[in-house]
Amino acid sequence: MCSIIHLDQVNQAYGKEVVLKDIQLEINKGEIYGLLGPSGSGKTTLVKTIIGAITPKSGLIEVEGVKMPNLNKLNDIGYMAQADALYDELTANENLAFFAKLYRMQGSYRKRRITEVLKQVDLLADKEKRVEHFSGGMKRRLSLAIALLHEPKLLILDEPTVGIDPVLRNQIWDSFYQLKEAGVTVIITTHVMDEAEKCDRLGLLRNGHILASDTPISLKQRTNTATIEEAFLQLGDVQ
Amino acid sequence: MKITAIITRIVQQFIRDKRTLALLFLAPLLILILTWVVLDQEAAGDYAIAAVSVPEPVVEKIEGEHIEMVETSTPYADLADGEVQAVLTLEDQQLQLTVDNSQPNAEKALFMQLQRALSTTNNTNIALEVTDYYQAEVETTFDYVGPVLIGYFAFFFVFLVGGISFLREKSQGTMERLFATPIRSWEIIIGYLAGFGVFAIIQSIVVIAFSVYVLSIPIQGSVLLVMFITLMLALTALTLGMLLSTFAKNEFQMMQFIPIVIVPQAFFSGLFSLDNAPAWVEGIGRIMPIKYGASALTDVMIKGNGFGEVSLDLLILFGFSSLFFILNLGTLIAYRK
Repeated sequence: MCSIIHLDQVNQAYGKEVVLKDIQLEINKGEIYGLLGPSGSGKTTLVKTIIGAITPKSGLIEVEGVKMPNLNKLNDIGYMAQADALYDELTANENLAFFAKLYRMQGSYRKRRITEVLKQVDLLADKEKRVEHFSGGMKRRLSLAIALLHEPKLLILDEPTVGIDPVLRNQIWDSFYQLKEAGVTVIITTHVMDEAEKCDRLGLLRNGHILASDTPISLKQRTNTATIEEAFLQLGDVQ
Repeated sequence: MKITAIITRIVQQFIRDKRTLALLFLAPLLILILTWVVLDQEAAGDYAIAAVSVPEPVVEKIEGEHIEMVETSTPYADLADGEVQAVLTLEDQQLQLTVDNSQPNAEKALFMQLQRALSTTNNTNIALEVTDYYQAEVETTFDYVGPVLIGYFAFFFVFLVGGISFLREKSQGTMERLFATPIRSWEIIIGYLAGFGVFAIIQSIVVIAFSVYVLSIPIQGSVLLVMFITLMLALTALTLGMLLSTFAKNEFQMMQFIPIVIVPQAFFSGLFSLDNAPAWVEGIGRIMPIKYGASALTDVMIKGNGFGEVSLDLLILFGFSSLFFILNLGTLIAYRK
């Protein structure tokens, strides 16, 4: 397995408040990697640091061997923020077109991709609707569509399935598997245990520390537990 | 391409936001109309003077187009009631005028009128002819303040709308989302300036056209130059608004900049004379962008000056914009980290 993301001794803080401590992490090309942890554990800060939206206080972050933050590398990364960052006055279509242009996607390719991602998140019928009339779940799906838009090699999704109903959640997971087949690396943050089970490997995050990073099966075996939840609690106690 | 994406988006957002469009294009017109209604009066008003034991020939001399002499038994009570604006008495061959100085300008205007009327009684043969130095037919107060108001509105509304939009980009999280795309900080700012520039251009066209063709503000210089000055002022307001939005957490805090930043500008805009103000007051005026914009507008509209005469003002406005732009860029880059 070859590594696509490499973090070495990464520390992050907001002012004096330390959020990430000595993060050491390898994420492999083409895997679905889950970052699991309670709220406030530093998941969002970690993914923002990986994409270079915030510069780490110390340590090294590399995406495909390129030191982050790096503006050009962002062309290869699709990102979905935890809070939906959409333009309410614009339609779904216009939101997508705006972001497509930021990735320099031209004419017919842009149109084709917009239709494809709208289909993927089941919003094709609502594409001319303004986002202000969208439900929470629809906004989530549109944010996901924006992340998928420019066919990134690396997809970083911050709590992508919050507020999405189980049927659609399954559909979205199917599309993650398809992306994985196509060689895309997917990183998702979650605090839902059953979702964590679906990941190839998991990083358990608590208080800004990575407690462990392994496949769900070996995490359970290592701790002699039946569920990820128990494994998480036990690993937390040891520390 | 990324810049045009931002411009397109801002235009789309604005066209959907009818209220803000109205604020940008109709609110200045509304205030202009109100100011016009209030201030579009001939500088010389009509006055009534109560005469007490003033000989008839003198009364006849004074009575004229703008002055009416009134006979009354209770002159001072009438003065207090506002029935007359002054009381004229003759005691020991000395004319005594008591003026209602609670009314603005009344004292000076009455004095001038009286002097003019009485000067002809002295049988002097020297005639005084008054000519206006500038070509423009500046007759009413509104004609004087019009050019300043045009500049002030351009500044105020663009500051407010531009600043709040930029702030919302941050508060609704889309700015952070943009940071996850390969767009450079300067592209974001230029995109914003250009996007709002479109509306600033339309606003200045609407406001100037309305002032000149509907309210018939006198305009001696070139209309295009007036528009250009207005735009430069709007650019300064936009960059300043965007910069200050960095220091506001929400729309409410942005509004708090109005009494601190916008209102004081009015005092230095030329609406009030600073001829007798101490030097330090003038010093404060020098850091107010509106001072340069308003003075350039007055120069072109009333004095009929050309580009050469206002180029220094324009250069200073451009300097302000550049400074604010650089500070903007600095804070955005710092914010991105």
